[in-house]
Amino acid sequence: MRYRRPGLDIASHGLLILALIVFCLPVWLAFTAATHDQSSLYTGTAPLWLGDQGLSNFSAILSEPVARLGTDVTRLLLNSTVMALGIACGKIFIAILAAYAIVFFRFPLRRLCFWLIFITLMLPVEVRIMPTYKIAADLNLLNSYAGLILPLIASATATFLFRQFYLTVPPELLEAARVDGAGPWRFLKDILLPLSKTNIAALFVIMFLYGWNQYLWPLLITTESDYMTIVVSLKRLLSSADNLVPWQAVMATALLAMLPPVAVIVLMQRYFVKGLVDAEK
Amino acid sequence: MATFQRHRLTPWLLLAPQLAIVAVFFFWPAAQAVLQAFYVEDPFGLGRTFVAFENFTRVLASTEYYRALGITVTFSVGVALGAMALALLLAVLADRVIKGAHAYKTLLIWPYAVAPAVAGVLWMFMLDPELGLVSAWLGTLGVDWNHQLNGGQAMTLVVMASIWKQMSYNFVFFLAGLQAIPKSLLEAAAIDGAGPWRRFWTITFPLLSPTSFFLLVMNSVYAFFETFGTIDATTAGGPGGATRTLVYKVYEDGFIGYDLGSSAAQSVLLMLLVGLLTLLQFRYLERKVQY
Repeated sequence: MRYRRPGLDIASHGLLILALIVFCLPVWLAFTAATHDQSSLYTGTAPLWLGDQGLSNFSAILSEPVARLGTDVTRLLLNSTVMALGIACGKIFIAILAAYAIVFFRFPLRRLCFWLIFITLMLPVEVRIMPTYKIAADLNLLNSYAGLILPLIASATATFLFRQFYLTVPPELLEAARVDGAGPWRFLKDILLPLSKTNIAALFVIMFLYGWNQYLWPLLITTESDYMTIVVSLKRLLSSADNLVPWQAVMATALLAMLPPVAVIVLMQRYFVKGLVDAEK
Repeated sequence: MATFQRHRLTPWLLLAPQLAIVAVFFFWPAAQAVLQAFYVEDPFGLGRTFVAFENFTRVLASTEYYRALGITVTFSVGVALGAMALALLLAVLADRVIKGAHAYKTLLIWPYAVAPAVAGVLWMFMLDPELGLVSAWLGTLGVDWNHQLNGGQAMTLVVMASIWKQMSYNFVFFLAGLQAIPKSLLEAAAIDGAGPWRRFWTITFPLLSPTSFFLLVMNSVYAFFETFGTIDATTAGGPGGATRTLVYKVYEDGFIGYDLGSSAAQSVLLMLLVGLLTLLQFRYLERKVQY
């Protein structure tokens, strides 16, 4: 191939590696800060290399209540996990059923249902935050897992993706199932669900990240530290009217807050990329 | 499409959970927001009076609103252009090298998983005026960095943190788009004597335009809404409102200022804006996809 230039290849690798270093720098600095104690952090600028307080910093925030939070970080991690899993599973569950009804059934008002569901794609929770809060308060959902999870399930992204996928299922499958006497539930359970495995995995990754990384809604709805999520807790840790910001604790918490979603994305990268690209269609 | 015909109840059973959730947590609040926008509520929640469009005229007449609009535009353009240009550059490089493209993808993809608020906090630490490493480096270059006092620097901080998080998303799409471009086109151009620079601008870049447009929309939506966490955790709209975007203003007026009517009117205006963007996206994308 005439148009390859080895010089440019080396330059490309160089630039890419430089970009990698820049991209990793914030996390590296967070990691080094999390391994020092507060007094050594405040002696000058933040350290570029690791200290020896890592274990004690992490075990302190995980096992003892943190001063500005009123709870330990283990509890926050638990809350975030419940919320993320609840949102991911809840969305996938209702989406599979709703998309199934819309694609494989003909019934009156079908088009209306379709539009009612898909118009929700347009308006993220941030826009209708105030009234949603009011409704959650009226329904007694403040400071509860249901309150954290349910309002965030109310968008149709997953339903839309399942609809797109169901439309690609060959109609012969349904014909064959009907000839063999399978009803709608049987068809869903024995044929459609096994076919949707990779789609479910892809959606799970995307929805888990979406749920874990929520900020505004958990910030509003959890006033008690028992239901606070780890992402929201960072701001509480940072707000220092009285004394110095405990950066080693903040950074250790930030690292713990990013560990589960990063692990999910790295381990399930194949599904994640597929899910993203499908979402575009 | 083959369908199940003689089942009247089943589809409704299947739809019930989704419709219930959407009704309670979407349509009800959205309707409330629209309704609220036409009322003025007294601060103690005792009653409200119908004021027609007064909330809207009040919002649209306030200089603060236009300031927030300007800040939102600056912020969104900065984030979208920055994240896309950087992603395109890196994707082109990764696409070139063939060996290791996949490894680079794995190594660059993870910031997408980091919460916007966490991304903001990481950058805030690097740029902390007292002990931040990067702010110290900037200091040696003669830049006196303090985003707690300097509005422009606060804006730069949130833009950088947002770009850092969003870049990987764009990278995945650009790389997929680049890998879908037929190599024969590029080879033909090379044989005709076009250099890498020329090949990029006359072949690759036009062929990427559907991807770019899609990403432009996604990045704007991201900059509009998802970056709320980045802003709230780092600058909280400050200093002096220098990073107060439209979404942040809705939150501030509603939950901190308790000006419910104004907050609702702003929500409705935002809904219209997003609706317009979505409409544009559909119209433009449909025309653009078939080239």
